[in-house]
Amino acid sequence: MTEEIEFSEVVADVLREVGNIGAGHAATALSVLLHEEVHMSVPSAKMMPFNEIPDLVGGAEVLTAGVFIQLDGNLGGNLLLIMPAESAAQVIGHLLSEKHSVEEFNAMDFSALAEVGNILGGSFMNAVSQLTATTFHLSVPGVAVDMAGAILNICMLSAEATSDKALIVDTRISQGENDIDAHIILIPNSDAMAPLLKALGC
Amino acid sequence: MDTLSVVRVGIAEGAIVKKPQKIRTNGLGSCVGVVLYDSAGDWSGLVHVMLPEVPKDKQVNPAKFADVGVPWLLDRLYEAGANRRRVQAKIAGGAQMFAPVGSSDLLRIGPRNVEMVRHVLTELNIPLVAQDVGGSQGRTIEFDPVTSMLSVRTALRGTYEI
Repeated sequence: MTEEIEFSEVVADVLREVGNIGAGHAATALSVLLHEEVHMSVPSAKMMPFNEIPDLVGGAEVLTAGVFIQLDGNLGGNLLLIMPAESAAQVIGHLLSEKHSVEEFNAMDFSALAEVGNILGGSFMNAVSQLTATTFHLSVPGVAVDMAGAILNICMLSAEATSDKALIVDTRISQGENDIDAHIILIPNSDAMAPLLKALGC
Repeated sequence: MDTLSVVRVGIAEGAIVKKPQKIRTNGLGSCVGVVLYDSAGDWSGLVHVMLPEVPKDKQVNPAKFADVGVPWLLDRLYEAGANRRRVQAKIAGGAQMFAPVGSSDLLRIGPRNVEMVRHVLTELNIPLVAQDVGGSQGRTIEFDPVTSMLSVRTALRGTYEI
């Protein structure tokens, strides 16, 4: 086994706070996009066994839309925006003023989805960057519409090869009337954990 | 031994079942589901591998890696009494869920998993009788030992058997 970062309650609290602030920025960005108020719920930060990760969005077989962004720079990792199918259709429909179900997403819808991921991911990471005084580069977003389990595979891959758990900072953004449910999942690379915690003063 | 009619295998896990029990795994993205079955006997097994190769000199869960997970599953079948000469394989998964971003190997993991599974099956002399791999869609699979058919369900392209 490689040395596991000690994952104390203090560390969990700090990461939760990072998620909280990141989600706050992302929620503001989304409300500007949609011209409507959005809410965010208290995020969780924990080491999760691979098997339980899909439960965050309602199970491995739920149809979802995902936007995947790779992070590099001072701290490496991955960021995934994942939304249940109906929420993704709502957001994109609202933006393009023509609503399609995710099964019928066209090139324009996918492009808008990537842009939503870009904006939410960018504002999220901006907050983390300010908080930790580190720089991140965000990759061009990749998009997919598929079952949650398959999309979430990507999160697990960035975990240490010898670990069966991944650090998940889960944040939820919702918009009451339109029932938008979005999760931003931050998965720092295992070698990024120590510098991340150091930057946060742990 | 589990008496459920369908045994569920999680990510980076493996299990064997005895006829007429079925065995399934959900949400294969870049992961590969490898089914090994005794074509004339009672035992079948499934392993849900995530990565092609085990890291060197590390104590690990073998079911997570294609290179050690397939032989590990085969051993489980032999221990249960499967006949070596009758073991066949069906595989599914290994998709590339997101279009490549930059030059990352992370996103090519699906095709690399498939390559490694095929390589290991060849080394072990196990015939690969059916496969549904690659593409960009996730898959849920269920193997029925009675018919030796592997049912593949996708989110957008329906369900089919291989």
